[in-house]
Amino acid sequence: MSGVRVLVGTRKGAFVLTADGKRDRWKVCGPHFPGWEIYHLKGSPAEPDRIYGSQTSGWFGQVMQRSDDGGETWETVGNEFAYDGVPGTHMWYDGTQHPWQFARVWHLEPSLTDPDTVYAGVEDAALFRSTDGGRTWSELAGLRGHPSGPSWQPGAGGMCLHTVLLDPSNSKRIFAAISAAGAFRSDDGGTTWRPINQGLKSQGIPDPNAEVGHCVHRIAMHPSRPSVLFMQKHWDVMRSDNAGDSWHEVSGNLPTDFGFPIEVHAHEPETIYVVPITSDSHHFPPEGKLRVYRSRTGGNEWEPLTKGLPQQDCYVNVLRDAMAVDRLDPCGIYFGTSGGQVYGSSDSGTTWAPIVRDLPAVLSVEVQTLP
Amino acid sequence: MIRVVLPQHLRALARVGEEVELHVEGPPTQRSVLDALEARYPMLRGTIRGHTTLQRRPFVRFFACEQDLSHEPADAPLPEPVASGAEPFMVVGAMAGG
Repeated sequence: MSGVRVLVGTRKGAFVLTADGKRDRWKVCGPHFPGWEIYHLKGSPAEPDRIYGSQTSGWFGQVMQRSDDGGETWETVGNEFAYDGVPGTHMWYDGTQHPWQFARVWHLEPSLTDPDTVYAGVEDAALFRSTDGGRTWSELAGLRGHPSGPSWQPGAGGMCLHTVLLDPSNSKRIFAAISAAGAFRSDDGGTTWRPINQGLKSQGIPDPNAEVGHCVHRIAMHPSRPSVLFMQKHWDVMRSDNAGDSWHEVSGNLPTDFGFPIEVHAHEPETIYVVPITSDSHHFPPEGKLRVYRSRTGGNEWEPLTKGLPQQDCYVNVLRDAMAVDRLDPCGIYFGTSGGQVYGSSDSGTTWAPIVRDLPAVLSVEVQTLP
Repeated sequence: MIRVVLPQHLRALARVGEEVELHVEGPPTQRSVLDALEARYPMLRGTIRGHTTLQRRPFVRFFACEQDLSHEPADAPLPEPVASGAEPFMVVGAMAGG
């Protein structure tokens, strides 16, 4: 029977949760790298036992980890992220120019076809790539070198490149998103980039319709329809039907359109999920009720999913990289909270149950569907 | 032989005990001890000092012989008891919350 492996990054270590295809009995392994912040773990689609991990610390900086046995053992790989050439400057919080300075790896995106190739989205915002299994890293400098680069500003969490999407139908097309610069697309394998923010409106910046400066929180796509993108922006849930060339709002009847993660059902490209959060000043769910909202119409019409989730006195947050779907049928969906709970649903979100309740604050959740 | 004490997180990363022993040519300095440490344990590169700047990370301190040597020049000789192996060179994670 097939199974799933859920990779959980937390403020104090990594955890690997495994279950068979029924997804009702779970084995919890960890903490790996106890005491370290694990921003993200992600497995290679081409070789599922190859997993990459970003391990960071305010004291000791960035460490990169790689497992070749599905997360049982780990090997330290390269942690030198040197910006290409003279790094230059970007806008700082006070309006002055600030040197680009590497802080940490937020997101890892392994190649769809080559286990040794992996992309790393970092803070201060840049995209790196390794083609030797994480031993060495080179910047795809055309992104940071875009003429708008010096005008990019950090969001409250730092100026992070947090989303990397690889188009399965076009190996040259890469999407990336940066807080708070916006979304970008490359059509030449990462050499050159252009902003894809037309249609976004952000009241928190001087020109709400600016080409860059939008605080994009997350972008998701269904692999069968890579030109359709869904975005959770700081405020607003957005949709593009032309690979980001233009966006329109699909927040519809959500109780609030602020939030962080957004995901697409594994088998239904028009079924999407968000976790509404009260506001940018109240990073917890409305009314103390933890509700995932599902749209089966690609946005605009949303239904709350509450069965098995706390519906009173719940004040956790769900971060942008902390939701993922498996590829089983019915589709499973998982998310982790700032309170250390990881919830799972094996029926496309209709009912939920905690897999584990008391981990450190969850930073990221990824799922691997195993044969 | 130079004795180096590592903080718990770096011990785990390097898969060593509390103290490691290093051979350093000539009078030991912060730079030569850290060079030898990183040569023996490459996974520690970038965790104590920057890859290219070789500057100490802000929340890492260097102690020896009950002195804070963090602000001493990287090429200054370490105290004689460190050079003789009587006292360890300590890499310390600064006390901070979280």
